[in-house]
Amino acid sequence: MSDALTTLAEAIRAARAAGTPLRVRGGGTKDFYGQGLAGEVLDTRDYAGIVAYEPTELVVTVRCGTRLADLEAALARADQMLAFEPPHFGAAATIGGAVAAGLSGPRRATAGALRDFVLGVRILDGRGQDLTFGGQVMKNVAGYDVSRLMAGSLGTLGVILEASLKVLPIPTAEATLRLELPEERAIDTMNRWAGRPLPISATAWHAGDLAVRLSGAEAAVRAARERIGGEALAPADAVAFWRGIREQTDPFFRTDAPLWRLSVPSATPALGIPGDQLIEWGGGLRWLAADADARMLRVRAGQAGGHATLFRGGDKSAGVFQPLGSPVARIHRNLKAEFDPNGVLNRGRMYPDW
Amino acid sequence: MTARAIDANRQAEVVAALVRALPAARVLHREEDTRPYECDGLTAYRELPMVVALPESEAEVQAVLRTCSALEVPVVARGAGTGLSGGALPSSRGVLLSLAKMKRILALDPIARVARVQPGVRNLAISEAAAPYDLYYAPDPSSQIACSIGGNVAENSGGVHCLKYGLTVHNVMRVRGVTMSGEAVELGSEALDAPGFDLLAAVVGSEGMLVVVTEATVRLVPKPELARCILASFGDVEKAGDAVAQVIAAGIIPAGLEMMDQPATRAVEEFVHAGYDLDAAAILLAEADGTPEEVAEDIARMRAVLEKAGATGIRVSRDEAERLTFWAGRKAAFPAVGRISPDYICMDGTIPRKRLAEMLRAIARLEQKYGLRCPNVFHAGDGNLHPLILFDANDPDQLRRTERFVEEVLELSVAFGGTITGEHGVGIEKINQMCLQFSPEELERFRGVKRAFDPAGLLNPEKNVPSLHRCAEYGRMHVRGGKLPHPELPLF
Repeated sequence: MSDALTTLAEAIRAARAAGTPLRVRGGGTKDFYGQGLAGEVLDTRDYAGIVAYEPTELVVTVRCGTRLADLEAALARADQMLAFEPPHFGAAATIGGAVAAGLSGPRRATAGALRDFVLGVRILDGRGQDLTFGGQVMKNVAGYDVSRLMAGSLGTLGVILEASLKVLPIPTAEATLRLELPEERAIDTMNRWAGRPLPISATAWHAGDLAVRLSGAEAAVRAARERIGGEALAPADAVAFWRGIREQTDPFFRTDAPLWRLSVPSATPALGIPGDQLIEWGGGLRWLAADADARMLRVRAGQAGGHATLFRGGDKSAGVFQPLGSPVARIHRNLKAEFDPNGVLNRGRMYPDW
Repeated sequence: MTARAIDANRQAEVVAALVRALPAARVLHREEDTRPYECDGLTAYRELPMVVALPESEAEVQAVLRTCSALEVPVVARGAGTGLSGGALPSSRGVLLSLAKMKRILALDPIARVARVQPGVRNLAISEAAAPYDLYYAPDPSSQIACSIGGNVAENSGGVHCLKYGLTVHNVMRVRGVTMSGEAVELGSEALDAPGFDLLAAVVGSEGMLVVVTEATVRLVPKPELARCILASFGDVEKAGDAVAQVIAAGIIPAGLEMMDQPATRAVEEFVHAGYDLDAAAILLAEADGTPEEVAEDIARMRAVLEKAGATGIRVSRDEAERLTFWAGRKAAFPAVGRISPDYICMDGTIPRKRLAEMLRAIARLEQKYGLRCPNVFHAGDGNLHPLILFDANDPDQLRRTERFVEEVLELSVAFGGTITGEHGVGIEKINQMCLQFSPEELERFRGVKRAFDPAGLLNPEKNVPSLHRCAEYGRMHVRGGKLPHPELPLF
């Protein structure tokens, strides 16, 4: 066992014995996200490095403390990428934090979410036990899919030590088009495009402007440009624009108002909630910058078949995540008790009562 | 496996309780009615269920499960019964819950590209219903004309196109289910994510041990405008294996990438006349799909890569009929092998692609060691192997040799950094080999996940996750980190 790993395991065992909570933290770029932070920081950054990467296997196995930027640079050298485009939210972001947060970027609607690319994990659970689930292969149905359960669990079930992720080739061609469309028509258009075999890799609508990114084979991107029309962005501007969406540095996100994340079925009509809105994921993700009533937003999102998260800022006392129904909430508590019986890890980070 | 006897008193008690939950005509207990449910696609294991219940709605599923919970009767859910690992093997002490009557497509929205279906809906029926909108449901297990979506969720079924289009877990958005205690739960969402833990991922592939699926929302994707397939021949198997890696290294994700060795091509050629090169040591099927422009580009690139990798012959399908002929051989591999041998067993390990040649050499050596033939077909693109050991089950010695052969191959799959099952599931068939792949602590955590959903342990017990006792009895060691139990022995 490496020193860094031993240190992490011992810290968990000591905290468990003392009954003191730990706050698992990589680069700290997502400290803002989640219900609350409690406990002494357990820094994962010393357990870093790429364990195995063979481009022809389309799999990378990486230690949690590895900076996301370093991992992406290593993949790019082999013309590959993390297709779910995880947001960094800062240069210090680590892959462990990205998997724990479970967030995906602009390509999500077409390429899949972070959880779709998780093939295996190695974790330290709340007892300090070193456990491995899943593996380094694309298809694996031995046992329950604990690896995907870790994605987005916000470190409440275990410290994610290593993750094996499916990687994909970087598309050979890319183009971004901009069209003027009002909200309702933009939502409808994005849904209709998604039903056609078009190489769309991202969409973003704000204030009457719809941006569409095409990625794929040269000829396919060229043909799709003809079909979609609109005005093409210069390549450098396009890269900067999508980085702004992914990293939330776009002017829309520079707001003092609370930022709500409404995840709804993609064809949900315009929500009509007062406030500034940016739509991604072909209509499936509606960012809302507004001092809106939490209960009203949750009812509206729930009626549409989705959920609302208080992503940044605002009053967290209303609950950051949509409350769970009772049998599902009980299954969550049961799982927490199995993985972390003493409630050592990231207590209260997801829901206040555990 | 010797079947256990049914306790007539207990049976009468359970039937009496269940006919309060369901019309009596849908509670079966006479042997002639229950016999058809004694096994799934893994016919080597059979057990007559004590009772078969046939609910027609979620409320009826709830009523059955509440009744069984109260009486502490184990329940095994069953879809179409096409599973290959005995996941739906019933229990003589339990109720077999067939979802076959719940087979309605509840809604299909071509704009939102989702279909909401009951668990008994056949996999292919979804694509057929979506076809008028040029949409389809991507996972295409070879049993797709018969297998049901509830079973696909239970097994996380794949297919020949999953390298590009994903498995069931990537294509099911939401599942409604009922826990053993009879509560309805909704996991996942018709939005792209849901709050809390990803319980949907835990349930997909859980082999019916966490909840009984009563409804699923699946994602529909646009049908590619065109698909074309390359049929490439290779003079040796290793070159074919390397060619697979070269295709991926060139940045191409084929829609399908399959490999068959010579014994397999010879078996199928007699059966379906797919036009395979019978002199080739191995053939590769590499498919491209998408817009005509994409297909042309990908086919040209793959062709160049395969030629450079030493292909001795290359044919590209000229039309849809020829493409389907190319695939007909691959899809008929199992029945073709069934014709040349009284029995066969299909393995399902997945290994990193780079170990393919090594695995093939190992299998060749094991054929000699055990005096049994083993043609090979693979989902080469994702490293999922289906070696088919040919044997005669009426010969006890052959059966014993076959079992040892299987064990060695699965042990190697784990040692090579892979898994004992890529898509067929653990069920009852590979439950012992779970002790090879996972440590006692990891197996205990699986039991913990089970408890979180089903504290009483009544839903499909004795499958998938072995008990401590079973592993002790099996007596083989957990293999980890590329280490075999006997590292001193050479790996041929």
